[in-house]
Amino acid sequence: MKINAFKISIFLLFAISISGYSQKVKLLTIDELNERIKNGQDSTYVVNFWATWCAPCIKELPHFEKLNTEFKSEKLAVLLVSVDFKSKLNSAVIPFVKRKNMKSEVFLLNESDPQKYIDRIDKSWSGSIPATLFIKGDKRKFIESEFTYEQLLTEYKKL
Amino acid sequence: MQKFITTVTVLVFSILFAQAQTATLKAGQTAPDFKLKNVDGKEVSFASYPKAKGFIVVFTCNTCPYAVAYEQRIIDLDKKFKPQGYPVIAINPNDPEASKADSFDKMQKLAKDKKYPFPYLFDQGQVVTDQYGAKHTPHLYIVSKTAKGNIVEYVGAIDNDPEGTKTEKTKYAEDVITALKSNQKPAITETKEIGCTVKRKAKA
Repeated sequence: MKINAFKISIFLLFAISISGYSQKVKLLTIDELNERIKNGQDSTYVVNFWATWCAPCIKELPHFEKLNTEFKSEKLAVLLVSVDFKSKLNSAVIPFVKRKNMKSEVFLLNESDPQKYIDRIDKSWSGSIPATLFIKGDKRKFIESEFTYEQLLTEYKKL
Repeated sequence: MQKFITTVTVLVFSILFAQAQTATLKAGQTAPDFKLKNVDGKEVSFASYPKAKGFIVVFTCNTCPYAVAYEQRIIDLDKKFKPQGYPVIAINPNDPEASKADSFDKMQKLAKDKKYPFPYLFDQGQVVTDQYGAKHTPHLYIVSKTAKGNIVEYVGAIDNDPEGTKTEKTKYAEDVITALKSNQKPAITETKEIGCTVKRKAKA
């Protein structure tokens, strides 16, 4: 009986830590994003900029999740970078990620001056979201629009 | 033949429409005048302000968290600069079908609740929104009245602190008007800003 309780608690701990893993949201500066991509083990990065208040972003997020799952074997990493206000991390972003049971890596952009960080992501970005950055080796492609899964797949395949 | 003409007309209009949507006005270009319905039912245009030296035209809405975050700062801009000849004119660029909480009666309610000291205009058909190339809310244009007409002096953000947490912020809009008042060209004429995209009806 004692052993059983021990086993169950170990199992519970394990389960909690696994479910907790997929629902983590880390703060991320542009420098950290660049490091993450430079030092990452994957060969292709699809970085989507979104926010919990952005309806078209929420609509397309499942497509990014699907892409991530389907092409994991091709060394693809999908990074979902929220531009929600930092003060919304615990009140909006984390609950959203939990509710949607999101599996991709989710970050909250830890920058405060849009004037500086928008251009650092891409000079052509007006600041509207959704917007997506595709990186494969030296290739960089930035697209400021909403995707269907087919459109996203096409852009990914074109890299 | 009738069908052909219709097709061509639709095509031409859709091209014109697409172009109208894409280009955001830049500093130095003419700011088109407009005549839009205010929340009090009266029409407002640049001509409604014969004594103004210029205008702070801001595309903003009821719903966007960025617009909400900037709301008080827009009210403050009007309070500070209307007496100096630069009134705020707010325009809601969102389609009320695409964004139900941005309907004309919801605009009326918000303007009343928050005691907007400036007009809050409804852009039927998003015509003015497209002429200015407003992309998101809030999207701010500072216009000066010159001998050559109404000229855009600045396009972009109100300041560099959307969340309102910085102790020292660059107040782009205020700096532009300060420069204009001393007959100087503003140092910064264009900035970028995250914001909610202008809501449009889903394309057929």
